[in-house]
Amino acid sequence: MSDVQQTPTMPAVGDVVAERTVHLTRDALVRYAGASGDFNPIHYRDDVAASVGLPGVLAHGMLTMGIAAQPVVDWIGDPGRVLEYQVRFTRPVVVDPETGADLQIVAKVGKIDEEARTARVDLTVTYAEQTVLGKAQLVVSFA
Amino acid sequence: MNPELAGRVFPPVAPYLVGREKIREFSRAVFATNPINLDPEAARAAGYADVVAPPTFAVVVQEHTLQQLLAAPDAGIDFSRVVHGDQRFVHHRPIVAGDELTAQLTVTAVKSLGGHSMVTCDSVMTDAAGEPVVTATSTLVVRGDEG
Repeated sequence: MSDVQQTPTMPAVGDVVAERTVHLTRDALVRYAGASGDFNPIHYRDDVAASVGLPGVLAHGMLTMGIAAQPVVDWIGDPGRVLEYQVRFTRPVVVDPETGADLQIVAKVGKIDEEARTARVDLTVTYAEQTVLGKAQLVVSFA
Repeated sequence: MNPELAGRVFPPVAPYLVGREKIREFSRAVFATNPINLDPEAARAAGYADVVAPPTFAVVVQEHTLQQLLAAPDAGIDFSRVVHGDQRFVHHRPIVAGDELTAQLTVTAVKSLGGHSMVTCDSVMTDAAGEPVVTATSTLVVRGDEG
């Protein structure tokens, strides 16, 4: 599909294909709210977050999911090669107004389908030394 | 939550026209830097008609269908208690600027677990030719009183 970008060769199961740390700040949450249309105030108002018993303003789960795919997109070189993507939201990401939050993303090959020319890539996404996504998997195409 | 929601098919929402600048705005918001997301020439060089949306972009369209569920008078869903449990996208082809997507929501499962309720629904998105583009599946957890 891609002429300009080199598609990587099929990896092996267990290969770590991408690693990245992303620094999240409150303005990133506001930007995502505007871009996605999700204006739930728990993602930008400390008073509202506190009133519903949260430890602070949280990143949108869909923002974490969106960011976590990007190292894989950059590895495969083409966003159109992501066929499937799923996550379970297991822990919230609290974004401090001054210091923000760091997300660590590690992408490892979990399965190869030689016939379909696809790979399943499993993500480990960590914030404050705890995983925040469960069963986070992409299926990418090499066809 | 009303258990009889399971199996309900909502009417399709009004078609959503995917704009190039919307894809670029969404791409920046999810820290996407791939030129195929941002630059029409790079996208064309890679064989696409225009810029390609990030893998989670379909949530923008899916949101319109979930609003139908939350607003259904007999659903019994208290929005302030809703937590996003799971999310999945299955692409039949990438979303590209210029696509006109029509999305339709089907409730596939309603479950109760330890005082919480869970509703799973599929938003099936088709293009102007009626061909499938992406299915977005969400599980929403409605926390019980003790939550």
